[in-house]
Amino acid sequence: MGILSSPFDKKPNSVTQLMLWVIVATIPGLIAQVYFFGFGVLINILLASFTALITEATILKTRNRPVQRTLFDGSALVTAWLIGLALPPLLPWWMTVVGTTFAIVFAKHLYGGLGNNIFNPAMVAYVLLLISFPVQMTAWLPAAELAQNSLSFYDTLSYIFTGTSSQGYDLNHVRQGVDGFTMATPLDHVKTELSQGYRIVEIQSSPIIGGLSGIGWQWINLGFLFGGIVLLLRKVAAWHIPVGVLAGMMLMSGFLYVLSPDQYLSPLFHWFSGATMLGAFFIATDPVTASTTPKGRLIFGLGIGVITVLIRTFGGYPDAIAFAVLLMNMTVPLLDYYTKPRTYGHSKNQGNRHVR
Amino acid sequence: MSQEEKIPSKDIIQSGLWGNNPALVQLLGLCPLLAVSNTFINGLALGLATTCVLAGSNASVSLVRNYIPKEIRIPIFVMMIASFVTNVGLLMNAYTYDLFLTLGIFIPLIVTNCAIIGRAEAFASKNKFLPSLLDGVMQGIGFTLVLCTLGALRELVGQGTLFYGAEQLLGDWASSLTLSFYLTDSKFLFAILPPGAFVFLGLLIAGKNYIDKRNEEKSKTQILEKTSSPVEVIASEQN
Repeated sequence: MGILSSPFDKKPNSVTQLMLWVIVATIPGLIAQVYFFGFGVLINILLASFTALITEATILKTRNRPVQRTLFDGSALVTAWLIGLALPPLLPWWMTVVGTTFAIVFAKHLYGGLGNNIFNPAMVAYVLLLISFPVQMTAWLPAAELAQNSLSFYDTLSYIFTGTSSQGYDLNHVRQGVDGFTMATPLDHVKTELSQGYRIVEIQSSPIIGGLSGIGWQWINLGFLFGGIVLLLRKVAAWHIPVGVLAGMMLMSGFLYVLSPDQYLSPLFHWFSGATMLGAFFIATDPVTASTTPKGRLIFGLGIGVITVLIRTFGGYPDAIAFAVLLMNMTVPLLDYYTKPRTYGHSKNQGNRHVR
Repeated sequence: MSQEEKIPSKDIIQSGLWGNNPALVQLLGLCPLLAVSNTFINGLALGLATTCVLAGSNASVSLVRNYIPKEIRIPIFVMMIASFVTNVGLLMNAYTYDLFLTLGIFIPLIVTNCAIIGRAEAFASKNKFLPSLLDGVMQGIGFTLVLCTLGALRELVGQGTLFYGAEQLLGDWASSLTLSFYLTDSKFLFAILPPGAFVFLGLLIAGKNYIDKRNEEKSKTQILEKTSSPVEVIASEQN
């Protein structure tokens, strides 16, 4: 370290810089996703980004807002990016477009645009699609090494835009695993098997389960974890939320696991399956819709972790990051109100009172 | 209940259909409105049922308005409304059985529709028979129109059809009324489920407010063109 000279105050991160860093940090996870599930995710991201930018520009123009400045602050792009990462790789193209448009128009601009939206736009899009098209939205592929039929770039395009491969096979063709059965995601698989009375130990002998969680999925989660840590080191996101999410998951699933390891998944499996790491580091940390006080952020994260485990375990859906984030978004005004930090010069009780 | 000033019929009609629409302005009766408006026909059926009850309850409440003790008027209104709802429910059970099954609990729930007790309390208990009847019918039609619009929108977006299930309300000949705009393997469930109802109702309210605002501005500019001095403009705005 050399001798430092003034000025000592660092340049604060601009919105654009923050957004760019978020995008860059997703790249390790994105690479893992491309490796295991093919190019579908890239096409989804491209589609979502185009839709988001066009929609954003149109609505900014309708609202008489400065188009250029807001359009390129990157916020719409990050929303689109997260939507693309969260969607199944071979989702029909128009569903991606519908979801992204809804996110920008309804979840973002009807609430007043960037900074005013209550709900995380990317997760609104995801939930909209999930409750509207449950079949397509849960149609994940088997990880590349388990798949019976490999998927070329051209086939991926063909599936997304026409619903069949270039040879005319339907989606079930690529969803078959080596044993000829349609493959589910690890979380999905565990849920169905549990409902048929198998124990966790028996389920874990399945070929799609292995290592920390499922083949493929563990690497995707590790990738997002790595990118997320970079985000924390760059101080783009505060550590409270991701730590809260992971701790909340650990607490809830650890409690269940201690009760009955035969029936409930281990905390480690929860951590490294589904959208956990993407949710904890990239989705829950959205600066607009998350709590803004340190204590509030911790509670916000804890809530997401606990709700996710509860819905994954007892609910109807295999994964629940999106629902958990939206549910906790609703509590943010209350969290912010009750966790207001003490202002310098005021006594402890004064800080929480209304200014009259 | 003492002073009974005469309200012109035109005002009653305008207020029921637009200005004081139970669904778009008073935001009353949202529970059946959101739950049942998944197709045009369901909306129309529930709207007609509600209109019958509204007309009946408004008319009968205004007939007995001077004989009801003020302190217990609400329970009495509710009982009168409940008897009309029972009648409508039994009629639907007899003549449109499929529709009766589709609408299910929302037919008996018309009793709890705040729009009906609201009209009984706010209008019928203070006005004569004929204006009250007219008010009931117009408020009912206003409610029905919103239900139908909402139902048509949600049906169109959700499953690409219009007038689906018309035979349930109008008899077998009407099954050919169903229009199919596009075919889809996967319905857009969001529009059919309750969250879609909230979004579409929000859009309808926004649309109404937009039209109102534009009309207001239009009439303002017309006044501006007609009057010459600014004093007159201010005076006319105050009126």
